[in-house]
Amino acid sequence: MAKNIFKNAIKKAFSKDALTIYFVIAIYAVISVMLYGGFASRQLTNMLISVSCYIVLAVSLNLVVGLLGELSLGHAGFMSVGLFSGCLFSMWTVDLLPMIVRLPLSMIFGGLFAAVVGFVVGLPALRLKGDYLAIVTLACGEIIKNVITNLEITGGALGLTTNNSDAFIYSKPKELLPYAIVLVLVTVVVMMNIKKSRHGRAIMAIRDNRIAAEATGINVTYYKLIVFILAAFFAGAAGVLYGHSFANIKPATFNYNMSIEILVIVVLGGMGSINGSIIAAIALRALPEMLREFSDYRMLAYSILLIAIMLLNSNAKFNELKSKMSLKNILSLLKTKKAKKGGAKQ
Amino acid sequence: MNNSYEHKPKLVPYPSNAFVPERDIGKRPVLEVNHLGIDFGGLTAVDDFSIIVGRTEIAGLIGPNGAGKTTVFNLLTNVYHPTRGSILVDGMSTAGKSTHQVNHMGIARTFQNIRLFSNLSVLDNVKVGLHNSMKENFFAAVTHSFGYGKAEKKADAQALEFLDFFHMADLANAPAGSLPYGAQRRLEIARALATSPKIILLDEPAAGMNPSETAELMENIRRIRDNFGIAVMLIEHDMKLVMNICEGICVLDHGKVIAKGTPDEIKSNPKVVEAYLGKAKEA
Repeated sequence: MAKNIFKNAIKKAFSKDALTIYFVIAIYAVISVMLYGGFASRQLTNMLISVSCYIVLAVSLNLVVGLLGELSLGHAGFMSVGLFSGCLFSMWTVDLLPMIVRLPLSMIFGGLFAAVVGFVVGLPALRLKGDYLAIVTLACGEIIKNVITNLEITGGALGLTTNNSDAFIYSKPKELLPYAIVLVLVTVVVMMNIKKSRHGRAIMAIRDNRIAAEATGINVTYYKLIVFILAAFFAGAAGVLYGHSFANIKPATFNYNMSIEILVIVVLGGMGSINGSIIAAIALRALPEMLREFSDYRMLAYSILLIAIMLLNSNAKFNELKSKMSLKNILSLLKTKKAKKGGAKQ
Repeated sequence: MNNSYEHKPKLVPYPSNAFVPERDIGKRPVLEVNHLGIDFGGLTAVDDFSIIVGRTEIAGLIGPNGAGKTTVFNLLTNVYHPTRGSILVDGMSTAGKSTHQVNHMGIARTFQNIRLFSNLSVLDNVKVGLHNSMKENFFAAVTHSFGYGKAEKKADAQALEFLDFFHMADLANAPAGSLPYGAQRRLEIARALATSPKIILLDEPAAGMNPSETAELMENIRRIRDNFGIAVMLIEHDMKLVMNICEGICVLDHGKVIAKGTPDEIKSNPKVVEAYLGKAKEA
């Protein structure tokens, strides 16, 4: 019995999910050493927080697009709701609370605010399916942007200034990195755990066959809403972090282009794949920074990328190649080789 | 003059065409459908459909193509909401309930064109069926603690039992979409059974099966009734299967019930023969 528990613990420690977490921790460990040791270049330092935010955004959007199978094009809208509400909360409490309490609290506040907006938007929108839902979420994102642009409390079109002398919440990457690490890890763990629970199975069942899921006793509307709210919550929390890393945030930044950017990350990383989203977020955020000269062509490149992925994924030969090259397959090949060697020795 | 105050109730026997198997006498029927009907615009797809299914009855619903059999199933599961009539599941009305609530009340179903969760594993498909009997809440799911492991383990064991019932426990980890046709049909039934229904509706379970597979299916349907003690209602075109296992048969034509009875009564009913083969020419 004790041996069994031990075995299970080992199995758990080397499961695919655990490996993802180790992978994230390892990346952040290297980066932290570089950052706090003073080896990191300015470029890398400036990129860190934004890449972390994009990982959270992509992983949370993956819950909607990859697991639930609905296209949402308003993720940047939810992010900006969280960002502005969270940052305002942070500004109001800047004199009262130290950063270690204030930032997590404002993340939760921003996340909850975004979740409420996600609920309000989702309630009517989730009666729609496919293209219609995509268009409605797209419109909602734009509406959110325009509302925030016209609000006085968020500074209007000029945006929110975070390094005001009376409400100074702007923080350097060095200060923000620990929070970013925790946020990314929490998001990744929550998403992975949900995927492997009865709720995750219900969500994936809805994606695979809505009618059958309903007939099997799953409350489709409830789960669609939960997914929408959860995704909005994490997008909002990521927004708060994002907001703290800029001296000035303009609402116009969080437009439809940004939603598409997040979607491109999800699609490139693979629908439903959390590892993929993380890697794609790093790649797609790091590349534009390195190829600054060609930044005018970024959206063009994204569209070409989307089309290419679409074509490749519907190509049987490419899929065959992909499954051959997958980590799982390579590992199993190694195992059989070992087994063969073992057999030869005997 | 005082006659108007005299209370003289007069009762007549209510015409009931309820037939249930002998062993189900004295138990409340699992399904009571009264004068069910639905119109799609001007088209009356089903009209005045009444049926009573006993606790452990195997009931058949047959009829020519386009008679409205699948529409009846969709009405029973509230995929369509009926225009007229009432449905009682174990004495409770399903009026105004949504499809998943009807499932909670005890109706599970399979589909004519198989509808599996093809990207999930075979085991997970059955575990989706167990969804509502699992008690792990959202917090437990997110943290993978507070009884999560226990609940998952129990669900795994239960799901494997259901798979084992159909001799497919060895396929547990395969993706459901990769299964051969017959196994997909069985998995769909296993998933429906996992929702612990009181009656299971099978929509053409033998479609596309060869004779030996059909024989196995008949055996399985009997075993479902005997092991789980539930009622089975099936739509089928394979008359050999229907006549062999169904106890009560209801024949539908153009949305109306044209005959009800035991297999022998149905076989010799001229109306049924007419619906299937057309009217005989008068000599």
